Amino acid sequence: MPDRGQHARLDVRKTYKLFIGGAFARSESGRSYPVTGRRGDLLAHAAWASRKDARDAVLAARKAMPGWSGATAYNRGQVLYRVAELLEGRSAQFADEAVRAGGIGPARAAQQVAAAIDRWVWYAGWPDKIAQISGAANPVAGPYFNLSVPEPTGVVALLAPAAASLLALVSVLAPVIATGNTAVLVASEQAPLAAISLAEVLATSDVPGGVVNVLTGRTAELAPVLAAHMDVNAIDLTGAVPADRAGLEEAAAGNVKRVYAAGRDWAAEDWTVTPSLGRMLAFLETKTVWHPIGT
Amino acid sequence: MVSTSSVAPPDWDYAPAPESTDVVSIAPSYGLFIGGEFVPPAAGRHFATLNPATEQPLAEVAQAMEPDVDRAVAAARDAYQGAWGGLPGRERAKYLYRIARVLQERSREFAVLESLDNGKPIRESRDVDIPLAAAHFFYYAGWADKLEHAGFGPAPRPLGVAGQVIPWNFPLLMAAWKLAPALATGNTCVLKPAETTPLTALLLAEVIQQAGLPPGTVNILTGDGATGQALVAHPGVDKIAFTGSTEVGKEIQRAVAGTGRKLTLELGGKAANVVFDDAPLDQAVEGIVNGIFFNQGHVCCAGSRLLVQESVADTVLDRLKRRLGTLRLGDPLDKNTDIGAINSRQQLDKITELSAAGEQEGAERWSLACPLPDRGYWFPPTVFSRVSQAHRIAQEEIFGPVLSVLTFRTPEEAVAKANNTPYGLSAGIWTEKGSRIFWMAQRLRAGVVWANTYNRFDPASPFGGYRESGFGREGGRHGLAGYLGA
Repeated sequence: MPDRGQHARLDVRKTYKLFIGGAFARSESGRSYPVTGRRGDLLAHAAWASRKDARDAVLAARKAMPGWSGATAYNRGQVLYRVAELLEGRSAQFADEAVRAGGIGPARAAQQVAAAIDRWVWYAGWPDKIAQISGAANPVAGPYFNLSVPEPTGVVALLAPAAASLLALVSVLAPVIATGNTAVLVASEQAPLAAISLAEVLATSDVPGGVVNVLTGRTAELAPVLAAHMDVNAIDLTGAVPADRAGLEEAAAGNVKRVYAAGRDWAAEDWTVTPSLGRMLAFLETKTVWHPIGT
Repeated sequence: MVSTSSVAPPDWDYAPAPESTDVVSIAPSYGLFIGGEFVPPAAGRHFATLNPATEQPLAEVAQAMEPDVDRAVAAARDAYQGAWGGLPGRERAKYLYRIARVLQERSREFAVLESLDNGKPIRESRDVDIPLAAAHFFYYAGWADKLEHAGFGPAPRPLGVAGQVIPWNFPLLMAAWKLAPALATGNTCVLKPAETTPLTALLLAEVIQQAGLPPGTVNILTGDGATGQALVAHPGVDKIAFTGSTEVGKEIQRAVAGTGRKLTLELGGKAANVVFDDAPLDQAVEGIVNGIFFNQGHVCCAGSRLLVQESVADTVLDRLKRRLGTLRLGDPLDKNTDIGAINSRQQLDKITELSAAGEQEGAERWSLACPLPDRGYWFPPTVFSRVSQAHRIAQEEIFGPVLSVLTFRTPEEAVAKANNTPYGLSAGIWTEKGSRIFWMAQRLRAGVVWANTYNRFDPASPFGGYRESGFGREGGRHGLAGYLGA
């Protein structure tokens, strides 16, 4: 028998905040902006990060750098694998968010989320292998033991792809932190919610606070701050619109930043293809150590 | 520990032992090397290149202008689309092996010419610059037909035309560092040697002719900074490689912004040479001297900041000054010379200005009391003690024979001070404790770390910086990456 007294249950909506130094906070500016689905329906009010929030995120990323880059590669691999475990448990949520953001049906969304989790697992295996691929024992012409080893570049600013499927997001973020860097990620302006949900997973996994920081807001406002920031070591311009690219690259020259995704249109990128090592190697420095051989 | 500072250095007299210049023939005037032959510059302008040890002109070389850059880039494009681009790797390899062999055969000629044009001691050009340049071509020759095994995918592709701008401190060696990997990977090149040291590059052009490379594969444009700017900004160039100052490197990065051209930069440095109290001090002193006084300190990876543990600071300084007392400054062509001429008036002015700033800011200056020749550009080996981290001589690259000495107490302090510049090219560590070497090596933010040695170079060993010392590596398998696309 139907229970005549039962009301349709009102859902509890989520507040989407910034993720800085392991904590969720609104923008210090107090601003937010509406995020809508494909049909113009309101999904949420996302925080509209200020330039100050961007600088705070860089500070948090810098602070997290010694611990994360100093952790053993085995440990970083396990921490990243743990993220995949938690993503798996929340896969329905991510698929549901993708459907609500619009453009794809439930089956396609589930497939994309599964691919994103698999991509994360792929990268989780790299921390203790990349040095064996990109390092070298160099046969120099003299009595020296000479080794080249990769080391993380430092704080990496990431402009996430506009599409902002979880798969695209994972494909740009995972290689940066797998190699021991820390990240300041500017989420897709139109579709930022998946990035914040991913931050919630990171916050409840074992990734130390500050290793990944997520900003939502206007890319055109945040990107120049990060490109010019003297304590950011590298920037990935994948999500930059072509018209902004030259200006951002110019700003990046101020402290000789490594710039990834220069001069290529990433809008049409097929994220389902197994990646090359390019996104990891772009954020690794090669250190060569000479040691004499003698008795 | 017994101090040896009171013992006077032995008074050894050396008879002059100058290397003969008969082996070199310098033309009165040179053209530009474009399309396999020497051609006059479009605007007909030339400038003199001087012997910095005498201030006498050695020859006049062409000033390449924009039309010359156009012509050289077009010649390189033709060669890329034609004779060079169509060659299989094994044929490219043999051309590079030929260059290496001719460099070895003509090494004495190159060494004398390098010392004449640059001012560096013949001992260094003979034993370091020229052999390493030949070795670099020999090393990369062997990669040309093995690129599918180099870890850049099954069929890595060249980029096209490489524009390469090099400095005056190791003129031929830097040309080799640029040309060898670019050619091995199938690119063609437009190389601009430094304004003050063009002659060995022009002699290399002759070697390239002798080796029979297809015309246009390598083009060499002499000129000043404007020539370099025109080359870097040229839309027909697919890849830019630059070695030089951080200031110019940033300008180039800005100029290349938004073009999608591949860029590698090898820029300045302010390396820390860290000496612990357990180090073999006599060896360390040799390493300090080699670190900062090799090539008059005109070395981007020079150990220009000595960080010495406080407990041995006085001993190390005493022994260092005593050792410096045995250095011989003078005629670069004399086989006994340790310190040659400063490369140019402009560089001498910069060294003089920064040294004056060191005194003004309160550091204690000690310069070797040695006679300086009447003509030419000279600067005596100089050591500043009581240097603070904020001093300009602790932050700015001097690019001369000037050492800044700072002290530390703990390894943590050494790391913090070593990393406290915007640069990150190189560093040195002196200690007998193996675990400490690796502890330090892990924490120093530098692309090359020498432990109980300094200023070693090898074509198989990747070289390049962190942070504002640039990006990309030269040497080794890593050196191929800057010239290959997926």
